[in-house]
Amino acid sequence: METKQRKIPFSPNNPESLPFWTAAAEGKFILRKCVSCQRVHWYPRAICPFCFSDKTEWVPASGRGKIYSFSIMRRAPEPYAIAYVTLEEGATMLTNIVDCDFNDLKIGLEVKIVFKPSESAFPVPMFTAVTVA
Amino acid sequence: MSLRGKAYIAGAFEHPARKAPDKSVAQLHAEAARGALLDAGLTHADVDGYFCAGDAPGMGPLSMLDYLNLKVRHLDSTDSGGSSYLVHVAHAAEAIAMGKCNVALITLGGRPMSEGVQTGTAPRIENPAKPDVEWEYPFGWTTVNLYAMCAMRHMHEFGTTSEQLAWIKVAASHHAQHNPNAVLRNVVTVEDVVNSPMVADPLHRLDCCLITDGGGALVVVKPEIAKSLQRPLVKLLGAGEAFKGQDGGAVDLTYSAAASSGPIAFAEAGVKPADIQYASIYDSFTITVLMQLEDLGFCKKGEGGRFVSDGNLISGVGKLPFNTDGGGLCNNHPANRGGMTKVIEAVRQLRGEAHPAVQVKNCNLALAQGTGGLLGSRHGSATLILERE
Repeated sequence: METKQRKIPFSPNNPESLPFWTAAAEGKFILRKCVSCQRVHWYPRAICPFCFSDKTEWVPASGRGKIYSFSIMRRAPEPYAIAYVTLEEGATMLTNIVDCDFNDLKIGLEVKIVFKPSESAFPVPMFTAVTVA
Repeated sequence: MSLRGKAYIAGAFEHPARKAPDKSVAQLHAEAARGALLDAGLTHADVDGYFCAGDAPGMGPLSMLDYLNLKVRHLDSTDSGGSSYLVHVAHAAEAIAMGKCNVALITLGGRPMSEGVQTGTAPRIENPAKPDVEWEYPFGWTTVNLYAMCAMRHMHEFGTTSEQLAWIKVAASHHAQHNPNAVLRNVVTVEDVVNSPMVADPLHRLDCCLITDGGGALVVVKPEIAKSLQRPLVKLLGAGEAFKGQDGGAVDLTYSAAASSGPIAFAEAGVKPADIQYASIYDSFTITVLMQLEDLGFCKKGEGGRFVSDGNLISGVGKLPFNTDGGGLCNNHPANRGGMTKVIEAVRQLRGEAHPAVQVKNCNLALAQGTGGLLGSRHGSATLILERE
């Protein structure tokens, strides 16, 4: 089953995260990291959710990870794969797995980031299997 | 200070409506409130505390207090989704223990069925200022696919099967056949469940709860008042509440916040899971039940699949009778919030007022467990332990 691209609803309006979306528009995937405790968190916040430090910064990310869990949503105009992906940097994020056969999906599958256009000016971070050319 | 014995549930009422296009949401609250007060043998004028959650229309409790025309000296609108009403019982007991009120009324009502809400399968934005919206809404999260990811991970880590999950629905259907108000009264088999259409892998249609209208209400009172009424005494022994989210990205879908709320409630009550004779367990999906049973300590983590199999949750058959009204899987799910009905059926069991076919013999100790929100992202949990005195 080849995935058809769903229309991605999105309307960012949040000064706290605007740099993430600006970077995404340039094809760059960045994460928020705490200068004090050195941990990367998800989703990005100004105040570190682990140590409450106000010293957090944007850092470049590898865009690589593994599927932690997933589900194919069948009751939808176009079936799609929702997933939690655990990034190499340690944080786990909600996303979609796209551009691959849903029958090949499994927990632990290595994936890489692919930005997909949304209804807004900004693309959103999704993932596809590393093995797919 | 412990809540043990500080308050009693004197009144409980489950609204019989399952589809109510001819009633307002406020009306459903009021009809449930009236039913619970009549059940307790108390009146409108006796109520001096009021509790409601996000299903109540209007501005917190203010709109409902005006509509109901209640003169209260304590009010609370804590909202933790479907678990709110169990939290309200605990908060009512706290308020009663502190002398802030004597007769606390808790109401729930809603009509997602009549309003055509695609509760489980359509992405929704409840509030665009929610901090998680931009990180989750674009990916098409729905209620069912978030719970499905919990099930998928549970299967991966512990070898849980769809057939084991199906036993939870099978047990609920065995109970619902005796409930004339239940939406689904046909007994189903494991095969029926696993052969029903896949909604979001690995959850099938029959792994999912109902969407219904309806409501419910509870009356929590101080001990002296409970003992003056002509109703069996249902005492609060212990209560716990907890939250679990994504932990800044350290996501772990294998357990729920019941792993925190349960031990608090058991410690306060001074009892163990093995002592519980009846359990109401929130059943938004079959996986919801399985995870909470493990987290509450009815079996070890990862062994829930074996625990629920072979009718172990069926009253008169298994070791832990659960949701003897048919639960959210078969009976009803008013306002998409199942916590209220969980408490109501536990009260029925302790009073000996459940249907005779599902009544647990000499039921003296019961547990009611609710979660609210979404196990796959962020949720609240509340556990109550109740005793027949």
